[in-house]
Amino acid sequence: MGIPISELPRHKTARIIELVGGHEFQRKLRNLGIREGKIVRILADQPFGGPVVIEVDGRATTIGRGMARGVLVEPVE
Amino acid sequence: MKKIVLMGNPNVGKSVVFSRLTGARVVSSNYPGTTVDYTHGRTCLGEEPYEIIDAPGTYSLAPTCKAEEVACDMFSEGDVVLNVIDATNLERNLLLTLELLETGKPLIIALNLWDEAKTTGISIDYHALSDLLGVPVIPTVALSGEGIKELVDNIGYARPGTRLDLTCDEEKWQKIGCIIKEVQKVRHRHPTPLDRLATASIRPVTGIPMAIGILLLLFWMVRFIGEGLITYIFNPLFDLYLPVITGFSDWLGPGILQELLIGRLFDGEIDFVQSLGLLTTGLYVPLAMVLPYIIAFYLMLALLEDSGYLPRLSTLSDTVFHRIGLHGYGIVPLFLGLGCNVPGVLATRNLETRKQRFIAATLVCISVPCMAQTAMIFGVLGPYGMGYIAIVFVTLLTVYLSTGLVLNRIMKGISPEICLEIPPYRIPEPGIIAKKTWMRIRAFLIEAIPYLFLGVLMVNVLYLVGFLDWIGALFAPVISGLLGLPPDAATALLAGFLRKDLAVGMLLPLGMTPQQLVIAITVLTIYFPCVATFAVLFRELGIRDLAKATAIMIGVSLLAGTLLKLILIGV
Repeated sequence: MGIPISELPRHKTARIIELVGGHEFQRKLRNLGIREGKIVRILADQPFGGPVVIEVDGRATTIGRGMARGVLVEPVE
Repeated sequence: MKKIVLMGNPNVGKSVVFSRLTGARVVSSNYPGTTVDYTHGRTCLGEEPYEIIDAPGTYSLAPTCKAEEVACDMFSEGDVVLNVIDATNLERNLLLTLELLETGKPLIIALNLWDEAKTTGISIDYHALSDLLGVPVIPTVALSGEGIKELVDNIGYARPGTRLDLTCDEEKWQKIGCIIKEVQKVRHRHPTPLDRLATASIRPVTGIPMAIGILLLLFWMVRFIGEGLITYIFNPLFDLYLPVITGFSDWLGPGILQELLIGRLFDGEIDFVQSLGLLTTGLYVPLAMVLPYIIAFYLMLALLEDSGYLPRLSTLSDTVFHRIGLHGYGIVPLFLGLGCNVPGVLATRNLETRKQRFIAATLVCISVPCMAQTAMIFGVLGPYGMGYIAIVFVTLLTVYLSTGLVLNRIMKGISPEICLEIPPYRIPEPGIIAKKTWMRIRAFLIEAIPYLFLGVLMVNVLYLVGFLDWIGALFAPVISGLLGLPPDAATALLAGFLRKDLAVGMLLPLGMTPQQLVIAITVLTIYFPCVATFAVLFRELGIRDLAKATAIMIGVSLLAGTLLKLILIGV
């Protein structure tokens, strides 16, 4: 029921509900503070399949689009 | 002697803490991955002497790249662990802390960037944190030195801490959640205009024009400062030196000493660039032609590094780097390589896979001229106009991208996507900028001048014994046939192995046309790295990959040189 964070409209905030991917992938993102239950926001979206910049806990992180597809979120008000 | 090892996430200020503790000078900046190797230092804490080790940053004790491997190796060597934590980012920093606690080594925590946490509305009850973890926690501001004394006073109290017996990451994160709830309060803060500017600089629509503007400004500043230093300081100094050295030359009279020390005379006069003597060209090239640009470049690089702009540039350029098998972080080896290829190659340790490291290191060696060489390119081609300089750099850029595209296609292995923390912008500290720039200038002076002397000496000796004519004849089919250059250019290519700046200078007396100079300079950049870079490349890649990289370099240089000749001179 979650949508990939790469499809979240800019300025919308959302809650991470699941990280879909291998063990390494999940670990890497959690180490950067991107994990289940966190509130996220898209700061920037690079064109031509480029990376997205997301904000968690006031800190920005750039992740590749492929990785962003594995971060499932649900929009919050 | 007890060993204290500094451990922490990337970009939390470990190197700054290290400098504060040991007084040793190490480079620090505002982007993750500045430190790629360990540094030892010594200090006395109270009566007892300690060895302190600065390690690269890591997110956990399970390394994901070469730099993190170094960190984990260093960790096992330490008797006491000084865990540096970013107070503005407590939650995610605590994972490593819990891992460190598990190992049972004596631990002490420096809660760094304490001032920044306060201004961003984060308050941390560090006494409570200390009680929960069972180890001393000291708030510090390493940049200003605040809290360092308390840190030193408490290192003796470092202890194993509370064993939490958490088995999986999930349990650790839950525990961290509980700790955070108890010790940290975050006051909500409305975005300031500066925050909005920060966001604008990372969005493509606004960020790309800003990036182009910033890069052009940097380039212009390097030229402006470099030219200014040459015109107003270094050339006047050498004007004063000329009568002295001319007198010395007359006193020596013709002979082998004059050949070596002063070099060839042109109409009885010394020509600092072309004479090729130890005391003429050997001093003039590094000091009056290269050093001014080195100063200018490293000053600008330090500002770029310490502001925190590089990770933004990585993000904006990621798509391009992705096509050549790298990701946005590839811009860091590229920028460091523009100063000197050695740190450029070392910075590839932050890339995750062997494929990425190979591509990044090879590309730096192939098509990134170091500042010493760039300065000489400006010196030699400048009089013919910016057009010719532009041809060289456009060719190098084309080579960078096309070689990368091909390598990405043919090389096995994977290229993971970018996953990079973006630090907040920080206003660079003038003192730190000055210190860092000076360290790098000093390294240049210590390394460049001996090699340049050696290069000048070698050229003279080989010239005297007739070896250079032989080399010229040997390579004539390639040099003249393929590239359309005079056979003597082989000499410069040979000297380029020692110092590329010297080699570019050696092209001048050959009386070439600007087109020939462009070809020679481009080939000189691509064909082979200088011996210092070669040694680092060997260490980083190993003998087999080094052989591959070398074959690629020679192949690409001949291809690019031949194509340039066909375009610029014709068949």
